[in-house]
Amino acid sequence: MVHIKRLQESGTDIIAVIGEIDASSSIELDLAIAKSVGEGFKRILVDCHALEYISSAGLGVFMSYIEEFRDKKIQMVLFGLKEKVVNTFEILGLAELLNIRENKNEALKLANELSV
Amino acid sequence: MNYRYNIACSLSNLKGIRDFVRNTLNENHVPELQISAIVLALDEMCSNLMIHAHHCNPNHFLELHINHPGKGTYVFEIIDDGSVFDINQFTEPGMDSLVHEKRKGGLGIRLVKSIMDKIEYTSEGGKNICRLTKEV
Repeated sequence: MVHIKRLQESGTDIIAVIGEIDASSSIELDLAIAKSVGEGFKRILVDCHALEYISSAGLGVFMSYIEEFRDKKIQMVLFGLKEKVVNTFEILGLAELLNIRENKNEALKLANELSV
Repeated sequence: MNYRYNIACSLSNLKGIRDFVRNTLNENHVPELQISAIVLALDEMCSNLMIHAHHCNPNHFLELHINHPGKGTYVFEIIDDGSVFDINQFTEPGMDSLVHEKRKGGLGIRLVKSIMDKIEYTSEGGKNICRLTKEV
């Protein structure tokens, strides 16, 4: 079960993911990101403070946007991941492919730097 | 020690599988990070089976057994009567091709193979048994 909240701060879309993302709920994450892209956001932060679990279905959603973001010059940064969640990213070597920061300020800073 | 759990093949039941595995391993004082990895591997295996072998038909069932034969060995058996979905037969795609083809699948198999020490398939009395072994 996952809840997704979006809020906008000075042109940046912040997607907060609350709960667990598995094969039954990954579609929610996909829809939220697609919506953000559709609305034209160039900086997307994913707040993972309250993300308790993610399976490959959720990781696959992030992966599936990598090329589109590269083409459209959209910067996505994940932040606030719990150790057990980071571990899942690391098993797959995904931590190298995605932008991940400790907290919102650092994530925002990176998104701004990459946008220049 | 022998734990059993029956699950209908609906993705909404994955949460129940995770809770069952987590609670069982907690009872046996397995370290938290190890538990998280094992829970993930079982979620991946069961969701793969539900989707590919049972097409998410809630009238089909999986049976999950957890055995702890001793020391740090844990054996997880997923028993079903669908078509065999043998992940040893799949070569997991490279990360580059996953990114390029925008594939949302293929990562799960990679996860299970990274987390578990042994993955075996057998067949007994018309049932498929997928046996995953992990040393913690």
